[in-house]
Amino acid sequence: MRTALSGLTLLEPRTLASALKLLRGDPPPMPIAGCTDVFVLLNFGTLPTQRFLDLSRLGALRRIGLNGDVLSIGAAATYSEIIRSRLVRRRVPMLVDAAREIGGLQIQARGTIGGNVANGSPAGDTLPVLAAADAVVVLASADGERRVPFNSFFTGYRSSLRAPGELIVAIEVPEIEGVQWFRKVGTRAAQAISKLVMAGVRRPGAAPAIAIGSVAPTVIRLPRTEAALGAGADIPTAQRTLGDEIRPIDDVRSTALYRRRVAQNLLERFWTDTA
Amino acid sequence: MRFRLNGAEIDVEAPPMKRLLDVLREECGLTGTKEGCGEGECGACTVLMDGVPVCSCLVPFAQAGATTLFTIEGLGGTHELQEAFAIEGGAQCGICTPGMILAALCLPPRATREQIRVGLAGNLCRCTGYEAIYRSIRRVADAGGLSLPAAARPSTGSQS
Repeated sequence: MRTALSGLTLLEPRTLASALKLLRGDPPPMPIAGCTDVFVLLNFGTLPTQRFLDLSRLGALRRIGLNGDVLSIGAAATYSEIIRSRLVRRRVPMLVDAAREIGGLQIQARGTIGGNVANGSPAGDTLPVLAAADAVVVLASADGERRVPFNSFFTGYRSSLRAPGELIVAIEVPEIEGVQWFRKVGTRAAQAISKLVMAGVRRPGAAPAIAIGSVAPTVIRLPRTEAALGAGADIPTAQRTLGDEIRPIDDVRSTALYRRRVAQNLLERFWTDTA
Repeated sequence: MRFRLNGAEIDVEAPPMKRLLDVLREECGLTGTKEGCGEGECGACTVLMDGVPVCSCLVPFAQAGATTLFTIEGLGGTHELQEAFAIEGGAQCGICTPGMILAALCLPPRATREQIRVGLAGNLCRCTGYEAIYRSIRRVADAGGLSLPAAARPSTGSQS
């Protein structure tokens, strides 16, 4: 064993209410479900957290269903469950495309959509989909529930509006009109963190919704590029707008130059694929 | 904590956040499950949990409670996939082999090459270049012989 995992505390609530009560601790325990991010950090000894809260027994957090017109995906629904869900396939096929390219089957069986959002990596593969879909994050605490639009949820690199004591319990996706599109660019289809990830919705008679990951501290929408395409701009013009709108960096996985160029190429691909 | 391991009901005491991988190797004495990367990239530590492949280096022991676990030892050494790997040279250094074989057990009985590629995308091999591994699995798949052993199937009532 690389780290002293044996000394860590795990709280194992059987109901959501007791989980939310336990989250009031100071400091609050860290919620865990599929552990596909948390155990990587634990294995390398870079996570100082000592107390954890297991969500895996809370069946209510895995529900995928309709609330009226809104698709509600429980935060602890795994990527495999999302891929298998007829409801998700019918309403948000771009989310199924994203889930299929996360890790291999081993990671898809364990990783959860709520974990992807909570982890908040700018390279999170489902995040551009949720941004393009104008999803809503449902947060619960012992005091009640509130809803935050996904596109204002992240406040900076790996930081969000989730308060200590709050738990992401579901992601809500409104009905999407238009053609959905998803593309991940990485070293390998499975098992590689994205160099760039893009999702888009081409709406009939309106500006498209386009979101992109790994080009800024958080996943971002591209309002200026969307407006340009909505106003009938040609692709080279929209690509120039996109180039001004993103702020990619050099890091271990890619370079700013490559990312800007690929983002512009993907924009063209999105527009021709959905024509 | 009670769970089913390779067909037997067992009771093991271990800290809740200890990795399932370490519990299997240290507490249960089953060292067929290997540690490769320790970050869920390589699939060497793959075991079947309720009939589904998972990376045991990323599973806290507490979450294995009441599940059905299956490791390479559950195949006994003479399973036709194991024999196919021996005949076709599917194993070289051997670190990835247990994970490859367990992932292959979850494929459709007559898995195509494409199904094998997708089903094994989470298992990396640095020796063979994969061709010999695909050949080994095709040898069994061509006869329609891939199947999840009874001892790996979740008991009724538990969720996959």
